[in-house]
Amino acid sequence: MAAIEILGLEKIYSVGFWRKRPKRALHPLQLKVEEGEIFGFLGPNGAGKTTTLKLLMGLTFPTGGSARILDMEINDPRMKAQIGFLPEQPYFYDYLTARELLEYYGQLSGVPAKERSRKVGEILARVGLSDSANVQLRKFSKGMLQRAGIAQAILHDPKVVFFDEPMSGLDPMGRREVRDLMEQLKHEGKTVFFSTHILSDAEILCDRVAIMNLGQLRGVGAVSDLLSSVRGKVELVWQGTVVPAALRALGADCHVMGATVRAVLSEKDQDAAIEALRRERLRLVSVIPVHMSLEDYFVEQVKPAQAKAGVSA
Amino acid sequence: MSASRRTTIISSLLLAVCLLGSALVLHRLDHIRTRATLQEVLYVSSPKVLKRLSLGYDGLLADVYWTRTVQYYGNKHHTYAENYDLLAPLLEITTTLDPHLTVAYEFGASFLAPKPPNGAGMPDRAIQLTEYGIRNNPNDWQLYYELGFIYYMELKDYSKAADAFERGSRLPNTNPFLKILAGRMAEHAGDIATARMMWTTAYQTTPDKDIRANAAAHLRAIQVDEDVAALEKLSAIYEQQTGHFPVSFSELQSRGMVRGVMLDPLGHPYKLTGDGRIEVREPDDLPFIELGKPLGYVQKTLKIPPVD
Amino acid sequence: MNHRIFHIATNTFREAVRDRVLYNLIAFALLMSGAAILVGQISFGIERLVVINLGLTAVSLFGTVIAIFIGIGLVSKEIDKRTLYTVLSRPVRRWEFIVGKFFGLSGTLVVNTFFMAIGVFAALLYVSRHFQKTDGWILVALYFIVLQFLMITALSLLFSSYSSPLMSAVFAFCVFVIGSFAEDLRGFAAMTNGFTRWLATGAAYLVPNFSALNVISVVAHEQPVSAQLIFYNTAYALIYATMAICGAVLIFEHRNLK
Repeated sequence: MAAIEILGLEKIYSVGFWRKRPKRALHPLQLKVEEGEIFGFLGPNGAGKTTTLKLLMGLTFPTGGSARILDMEINDPRMKAQIGFLPEQPYFYDYLTARELLEYYGQLSGVPAKERSRKVGEILARVGLSDSANVQLRKFSKGMLQRAGIAQAILHDPKVVFFDEPMSGLDPMGRREVRDLMEQLKHEGKTVFFSTHILSDAEILCDRVAIMNLGQLRGVGAVSDLLSSVRGKVELVWQGTVVPAALRALGADCHVMGATVRAVLSEKDQDAAIEALRRERLRLVSVIPVHMSLEDYFVEQVKPAQAKAGVSA
Repeated sequence: MSASRRTTIISSLLLAVCLLGSALVLHRLDHIRTRATLQEVLYVSSPKVLKRLSLGYDGLLADVYWTRTVQYYGNKHHTYAENYDLLAPLLEITTTLDPHLTVAYEFGASFLAPKPPNGAGMPDRAIQLTEYGIRNNPNDWQLYYELGFIYYMELKDYSKAADAFERGSRLPNTNPFLKILAGRMAEHAGDIATARMMWTTAYQTTPDKDIRANAAAHLRAIQVDEDVAALEKLSAIYEQQTGHFPVSFSELQSRGMVRGVMLDPLGHPYKLTGDGRIEVREPDDLPFIELGKPLGYVQKTLKIPPVD
Repeated sequence: MNHRIFHIATNTFREAVRDRVLYNLIAFALLMSGAAILVGQISFGIERLVVINLGLTAVSLFGTVIAIFIGIGLVSKEIDKRTLYTVLSRPVRRWEFIVGKFFGLSGTLVVNTFFMAIGVFAALLYVSRHFQKTDGWILVALYFIVLQFLMITALSLLFSSYSSPLMSAVFAFCVFVIGSFAEDLRGFAAMTNGFTRWLATGAAYLVPNFSALNVISVVAHEQPVSAQLIFYNTAYALIYATMAICGAVLIFEHRNLK
């Protein structure tokens, strides 16, 4: 059973005073997330990530399409009892203490009264808020609020967890802790669906990712698969400042750096390039395969559309 | 059916049911409370206090109280009440809040002064009210007319009535009638013609429906009194000539005394009883008549037909 | 289902308390004490009348202000602050949220009124040294005031479910004023004709009628209140509040949260 199935979810807003212009926040989206995986939902601001999450949580209503979580309808309370949600930059009832907040959420999630205080205590310890358990939330720092948000999302032991920008507001230590937490959740057999624009985190954590831009899905798959599809480039470095015409003709990307030149070109042209350098009697320093990072892939996917939309990347 | 659908349907139905229910219960509450609403008038019976409480919005509050006054009178009227206790306080409050509400003074003159069941039977209060109105609106000829009206109709004090009409006639932009009325008070106060003039003026100068209906009813009564007096005179002459009283109009017609069947202001023919008296057929519809009432008739109700 | 409504209600109550709403009781206590002492000094024969009139009117007005000012924020505040996100992602139905909020605020007002009632009776005792049998009717007047609060709370909740706090405050205030003069509105309506009459009468029935619930003067003059009136007023207030809550539920059920 797929943990999350998005079947053509679509959202169009009406913008403008007389409701004239429709604004497409999300084009029909098809996506499937398997149980037990950590799934990254990537994209620049305005890509439709938060819109998708709000649709999945039943906070806004789709213009078209549907979705199923744990093979249940979006508004099914039985389903909601098994999911957790951390919204972007969450704001909680600031007149409550951390403990009271979690108790309240526990009540609403149907955590039995007998277990509630124990579970609240455990979760507070897990996210590192035990010391601040009885402090009112209005006195919390941004990082502490984020931890509280994570706490309420996992308090009732959900099967699927949705995080919207979980690293926001955290210092590097905090981010490391959240990453570790997400790994733990995966080990516990939970499915983690999170959106972010910090690609290095996604690269480390995710089994699979989806890349969104301007409301559309631009690519989805395992990280390694995505990156391998753009493999096949090599970097040549040689001494001197001369760039043979033959190399330019091969379409190499050449940069002169001090006393050496760096050129990146596709793997299949590697032999021809080395031959060209030898003819010119240029001294080859290194030949290295190039690894594309997720960021490169990302920018590559996002750039053309951004340019088309007149937005600078 | 999804839960959302179910919630929508149930709450829509419940809303509709409650809408209906609230209207019904409210209706019921009105019945329980008809007297209660206006009892509160007694609790703030000091108009001055009320004016202060109104926080400067006296105009609006005056309108509110005026509405209540009209409703109060209407309700009492329809139930042929014997007392109109709250009419005077209501009018006093209304005019304290808005001393320039002329129609309130006209209402007082028409319905505060006359005796029940047509009015509250408080001519002195009515005079007080009108004098207060005159103090606040010294250039409104209408009010002097109302004052004279009260003295003339209820108190039969013709010299004071003449006085009032005289004062009013001296105003700029006054109704020329006031001069005439002032003159008539001196000699012809008791005449039917004067009374007719008074009621006609009342009818023509007020926009209020109740006052006009009242004036129209009085005019009809005057007409009936005139007709009955004339017909009884003719019956007497006929009896002298023929030895018996007429029982039909054709008899009178044959003698050239009338031109045809005579109808009362409501369109019903007068009844010629065999003993020289003339009667109206529907005395209930003709309040205020002095003559023409059938023998032993006691007016139980007060029906004043509305005017359009 | 029920326990979630209960928890939401309790949390709403807690929020009101921590937002220092109950501090209004201090202002009320000061008012009543001051009035009682002043009236006690003057002793002009209508001390009880003044204390009851002033006390009950103050209870009504204070409570109405609280009902409106907290009521209009009940939903809109949660939407603006996005605290709703984490609530609705839980197995809480939207209508449970609305009903829970209603009971929470109503409960706050009942507690508030309870303490105020003590204040009124204390002031009464002070000025007249003893209680009379007719003072029992004051409790009925207080009960009617609570019914009035239920209606205002429900209406404020309705406005809150679709409108910003500023607009809601304006609406709620207008409705309160119109509702106090609803009987006169019906009187006005009766004097018009045709379509206007139809429209005006409809509006007059739709608007909350508070006049029937105001028996302050009656009770101040030591008059009884009929059982029939109590029954029908209860029915009216409950039906009307239910109606407004249904409206709020309907609106909120279909609302896209920003």
